[in-house]
Amino acid sequence: MPFNRDQMAARLADDVPEGWCVNLGIGMPTMVANYVPPTREVIFQSENGVIGMGPAPKEGEEDPWLINAGKQLITLAKGASFVGHADSFAMIRGGHIDLCVLGGFEVAENGDLANWATSENDTAPAVGGAMDLAAGAKRLWVIMEHTTKDGRPKIVERCGYPLTGLACVNRVYTNLAVLDVVEGKGFVVRDLAPGVTLEEVQAKTGATLHTQ
Amino acid sequence: MINKIVQSVAEALAGVRDGSTVLIGGFGSVGQPDVLIEGLIEQGARDLTIVLNNAGAGRVGVAKLMDQGQVRKIVCSFPRSKDPVVFETLYREGKIELELVPQGTLAERIRAAGAGIPAFYTATAAGTLLARGKESREFEGKTYVMERALKGDVALVEAWEADRWGNLVYRGSGGNFNPIMAMGAELTIAQAQHIRELGELHPHMVGTPGVYVNRVVQVDRGGDWLKPEQV
Repeated sequence: MPFNRDQMAARLADDVPEGWCVNLGIGMPTMVANYVPPTREVIFQSENGVIGMGPAPKEGEEDPWLINAGKQLITLAKGASFVGHADSFAMIRGGHIDLCVLGGFEVAENGDLANWATSENDTAPAVGGAMDLAAGAKRLWVIMEHTTKDGRPKIVERCGYPLTGLACVNRVYTNLAVLDVVEGKGFVVRDLAPGVTLEEVQAKTGATLHTQ
Repeated sequence: MINKIVQSVAEALAGVRDGSTVLIGGFGSVGQPDVLIEGLIEQGARDLTIVLNNAGAGRVGVAKLMDQGQVRKIVCSFPRSKDPVVFETLYREGKIELELVPQGTLAERIRAAGAGIPAFYTATAAGTLLARGKESREFEGKTYVMERALKGDVALVEAWEADRWGNLVYRGSGGNFNPIMAMGAELTIAQAQHIRELGELHPHMVGTPGVYVNRVVQVDRGGDWLKPEQV
């Protein structure tokens, strides 16, 4: 059975160790925080200058001045701090973020990521902080479906869409598999979703999969 | 006596000229000086270049400013929103120019303007479409893109508290772009929920020293400061 979205987020969360400072992109990456147990201290950084996000607020306890990068209401963890945008992105660009998790349109075997525009003439291209995160985080993991809705591979030899960053992705978590991006080699299978075979994953992948 | 407090939004926005570059603080609606934006719509300056993170939502605030035909160009990182109807329509019809800038580069370009740095190199966007036409250079084997400072004629910012020197204290995640917008413009105008006596603001809590601020107007939302859902 392929992973559903929650299982994908949980699978990724399993691999986040205590002590890391983690930036989660908008969309599915944000769900990862729900699966890091509160006993494991992980610092969640949000690009809008919140360092140390807590879980979503309970009803009636919302503070409209506390939001994350996706403009959702949040709470603060004990130990949290605020900075402005220049300092938040200094932290990102300066290599102080242990892990960034982003969504993707395509990931290539050389680690290129495309996730911000579908053509040069996109009707509303929106890059946000993705290029800064791709360039500056110590590690970049992508979480996304293995194929598009109509079944085309999103894991490819070379990206067709405009790039977010070059050779920046270290690992991909999909509904079918967990793949490492290894320099000079390409995609190496780290794990498969329960009951999913390597042949099945390879058939849905636009690049060669290696085994360890 | 230094006193930057003005008595009305109209007074705060007096003298904003056609063709100005206007830096606007906020991330989505949080920390966005929406009363000053409404004031700018009233004031009527046209042919503006606006610099901010998001291109507005629905038909209020920045979206309304664009809808009124006052904006020639928008410089931002994320023009998408839940309801980007105004921006998308104008952009599709070729009635507004978009300069899309990665968020961290946008912030640093504005900070650089405020800090007297004309240009800088960043790894962000190297090798992508957003680096096209820009000078790049290698440092220690890695490619960096040269980005120019982005200076404003006017900055509109929102703070939680202010004093007559123009010192600003932010609330929650409402700082975001506001401190750099305040640094990056010739004329910085702040709206603040509360005006405090000089000396009441704790020096360590001041997010923007008043040196960067020219005018402060109190916008007391009373119990109604909870903002409507708008991104």
